[in-house]
Amino acid sequence: MSGITFTYKIEGGDFVNAGKASSEIKRTLKQLNVAQKTIRRVVVSLYEAEVNIVAHAHRGNIDVAINSENISIILKDEGPGIKDIDKAMEVGFSTASPSVISMGFGAGMGLPNMKKNSDYLNVESEVGVGTTVTIKVALIE
Amino acid sequence: MIDMKPEKLIDIISGNMLHLAGDDSLNLDTVIASDLMSDVLTLENEPDILVTGLANTQCIRTAEMADIPFVIIAKGKKVSQEIIDLAREGDIYLISTHLSIYKCCGLLYTHGIKDTF
Repeated sequence: MSGITFTYKIEGGDFVNAGKASSEIKRTLKQLNVAQKTIRRVVVSLYEAEVNIVAHAHRGNIDVAINSENISIILKDEGPGIKDIDKAMEVGFSTASPSVISMGFGAGMGLPNMKKNSDYLNVESEVGVGTTVTIKVALIE
Repeated sequence: MIDMKPEKLIDIISGNMLHLAGDDSLNLDTVIASDLMSDVLTLENEPDILVTGLANTQCIRTAEMADIPFVIIAKGKKVSQEIIDLAREGDIYLISTHLSIYKCCGLLYTHGIKDTF
């Protein structure tokens, strides 16, 4: 299988469309007959990351590359950035606004859950500029 | 495993059918009740039912990502057309009920549906 790539644009605060990219990637992985448990890990990680952009950033891009062995997702946003990445990786640490909490998120569980559901997670951030999150998941056992 | 088809469960909770998914052979055996979608996304195993008081599109998106085929919005919350459309798109059962989360879960419990948390 040759590689497939997708790009999505995400707007900060747009909770109505949050999850659209994750939904499309889920459909694609199903069509590629990827195992259900693996699809679930990929889309849970991607959805958490997508919600993070909507919740915290002004805007962002998601670049997805799929080949026969793995999926690689790069989420790059323009936003406030993360002051202390180690702290942000701790369960329960959150800087989410009340409006994000009212959507059922913002409990400080996103990044730890992304780590749990991916094979590789890297977070790079510059305060006042933005954050880049890279997620990789192997598609075959 | 108990025998609990969608039609029977909807009757038990006096549910209002907003979207009936294609799979009517679905057996509903396990449940998570939460308003915190982050909690739902951390579950190791996918439950059959999500009971929530959160009436927004993200409860359907969360069910879709976590492979939960049946969503109950409790407390008589108003369910927008946007939410119904998203359930249709993802082919997820969407049921509303005037019951409180407590009473809804109590009924599910007495009919043998198990916890997944």
